[in-house]
Amino acid sequence: MSDTHAQTVAFVRDTMLPEQAPPTSEAGAVKWVRANLFPDWFNAILTVVALFLIYKILAGFLPWFLGGVWTTSSLAECREVLDGAAGGCFSVLTERWNQLLFGFKYPPDQYWRPTLAFVLLFVAAAPLLFAMYVPKKVLFFTALYPFLAFWLIWGGTILTPIVALVGFIAAYAVFKKVEAQSFAGALGAAVVAAFVVWFIGGFLSGAMSGLLALEPVPSRDMGGFMLNFILGTVCVSLSLPIGILLALGRQSHMPIIKWICVVFIEFIRGVPLITLLFVANVVLAYFLPPGSNFDLILRVIIMITMFSSAYIAEVIRGGLAALPKGQYEAADSLGLDYAQSMRLIIMPQALKISIPGIVNVAVGLFKDTTLVSVISMFDLVGMIRGPILASTEWNGVYWELWGFAILMFFPVCYGISQYSQWLERKLATDHR
Amino acid sequence: MSTLTDPPVESFRLSQLINDTRYRSYTFQFIALLCLIALMSYLGLNLVRNLAAAGLNISYDFLGKPAGYDINQRLIEYDSQSTHMRAAVVGVLNTLLVAVLGCVMATVIGVIVGVLRLSKNWLISKLMAIYVEIFRNVPVLIWILIVMQVFVAILPQPRDFRGDNATASMVLDSFAFTGRGFYSPKPIFGDGSAIVIAAFVLSIIGIFLYRAHARKMLFQKGQMLPTFWPSIAMFLVPTILVFFLAGQPITLEYPELKGFNFQGGIFARNSLIALTFALSIYTAAFIAENVRAGILAISKGQTEAAASLGLRPNRIMNLVILPQALRVIIPPLISQYLNLTKNSSLAIAVGYMDLTGTLGGITLNQTGRAIECVLLLMLFYLTISLAISGIMNVYNNAVKLKER
Repeated sequence: MSDTHAQTVAFVRDTMLPEQAPPTSEAGAVKWVRANLFPDWFNAILTVVALFLIYKILAGFLPWFLGGVWTTSSLAECREVLDGAAGGCFSVLTERWNQLLFGFKYPPDQYWRPTLAFVLLFVAAAPLLFAMYVPKKVLFFTALYPFLAFWLIWGGTILTPIVALVGFIAAYAVFKKVEAQSFAGALGAAVVAAFVVWFIGGFLSGAMSGLLALEPVPSRDMGGFMLNFILGTVCVSLSLPIGILLALGRQSHMPIIKWICVVFIEFIRGVPLITLLFVANVVLAYFLPPGSNFDLILRVIIMITMFSSAYIAEVIRGGLAALPKGQYEAADSLGLDYAQSMRLIIMPQALKISIPGIVNVAVGLFKDTTLVSVISMFDLVGMIRGPILASTEWNGVYWELWGFAILMFFPVCYGISQYSQWLERKLATDHR
Repeated sequence: MSTLTDPPVESFRLSQLINDTRYRSYTFQFIALLCLIALMSYLGLNLVRNLAAAGLNISYDFLGKPAGYDINQRLIEYDSQSTHMRAAVVGVLNTLLVAVLGCVMATVIGVIVGVLRLSKNWLISKLMAIYVEIFRNVPVLIWILIVMQVFVAILPQPRDFRGDNATASMVLDSFAFTGRGFYSPKPIFGDGSAIVIAAFVLSIIGIFLYRAHARKMLFQKGQMLPTFWPSIAMFLVPTILVFFLAGQPITLEYPELKGFNFQGGIFARNSLIALTFALSIYTAAFIAENVRAGILAISKGQTEAAASLGLRPNRIMNLVILPQALRVIIPPLISQYLNLTKNSSLAIAVGYMDLTGTLGGITLNQTGRAIECVLLLMLFYLTISLAISGIMNVYNNAVKLKER
């Protein structure tokens, strides 16, 4: 066939032509721009409008930012230096930097303490957040960290946190001893042991209040971004265990316990945080023994913890409900009791499912710590609205301060949410 | 030979209360109840003792006393001689006003942003992503304060509208956007305006009836009636006709610059506008994510299946994609509404007199009735959120996938 073919056709190409380059409009940057920015007239208009907006924003922002003044000591001086030119007065940030971070009452020569506590927080959090990369031994430091941080930030004798720590250790030891006989009995014994240690230790630390003492700083002197951070970390870490208990309680078959949890959760979720802060500010004192003097920060921590634990409980309940029923049945058929099946089978899976939700709650809670400024505590927002904007030097510097506040909150919240997405990918086993 | 006998009746022993799973739950519940009662009575006892020490009692009499303070943004009649109760009602209405306006605005912005974020236009989708991330990750209180500051600092003051060389002017001679607030024309209902309103309501009902009829014709006879243009016509024509026939009973009162400020028209204080705007752009960032997730949740196969049935793109959207996407979008959307309503209590930061500002703010400070005020405040928000979650449950049950 092919021979005859050779005679019937005048010319047969026997080599491949080299590939031609695509038309310039179909390759490289031009194609990308056409496909992604100007595919049709509607998108073209959108792109042009967007470009115009970006130009407008940059044209306003860049001269203001680049022409900013960083070294004056008041707004009037700033205006003098600028002399009508566009530029921000960023000297408020350099001037009041410490106030924005630590509040206006924290003793300046002690700033190293919260800073150290902040740095150590990363060391302590590392084994929890990046369990696969950090050696397990660091967990000991994590367990010690709350006591260390308390001592660093609030000061006073080191005996107070040590006594608290010894109380927990004693409780754990007693619990392990009695656990084999009865779970409930062990819990009770542990609580008793802890209180005995704390009671005795109270006298001890009262008697030797000078031992390794840092200069004590009362809670009302806390402020600035430090206050947001303290409230955020303390409340999230406290509300996680409480939230787990509430979620289990709501799932429980015991009607009384179930209803206590349901009423608590629904009530807390139904009211705005600000009313709970009002409770902390003006109402809670009525419900405490006469003469007792809880400081405001502690009352606020209690209320915010209640608030976030209700939300975390709902998230974890979602995780529990998403588990297939077979998991519960499998745990039962292995002969595990309730505590064991929850600890070994149900909770690890349910918590994994709930990670995004828990992180959402944590981010929301950290943002909500700014609400304490409404009950006249001087957190970052409270500092800006109160002492700084009200001062004669800086009355009128708005954009620089609010921009700074955004810059403080955005990286933290964005970082946490990115971390949770990373963790979700890391833990994904594709069979829940 | 074997006989069946009943198992011996075990006598109840006290240790069963802890060790026997049949009885243990009763023990636990009993202990829990005891703890709860102990806690409650402890708190109650403290309360009674503290109140006695302070010479106070729990009473709501203060609600009937004159409030003695003024509220600058109100929907109903109120002056400083009105009672605290009246002030609280003004606050409730103000809260609801912000909540409703904010929800509508947040939905509109959120849906647009959510759809645009899925756009094939690279620049637009990146911009929307930046918007969402920035607004989601910064506290709403900061946004409220910033927006308020923008309004106060950037918008012109009423004095700028005055004189021949005024630096600011009214939009269409009827809307004025000032640093103090927004002014817009106010409709004045004269005699006979009831007829116009009745005509308007009737035409709305007519539109629904007509659409139902069109749908019935489509399903029963396969005959497609046009719906869009007839609806528009029915919406506009009868009302306008009646309006002119009745001799234009509804007129507009325009805001006018008198003295130092505008008079007449509808006035919305800048605190109201700023709060609404800040809450809605903040919440819109969350809604945008919900909308995006809802649209992405519908598998591509649905679109392709609808296309293979021969449906046109807009019908695919209306009949196949949207109904399924809405099932995913609406529950989180409603909880965002709930969040917005609760966040509206931050009005106190910009001086807008919502319920937190009146009952929880000035009334509380003036009367010192902290417990009663905070309790009422919580009850109000609790009622609203329970009502909204009730609605949500009804909706969820209505659109639930009807499976075998």
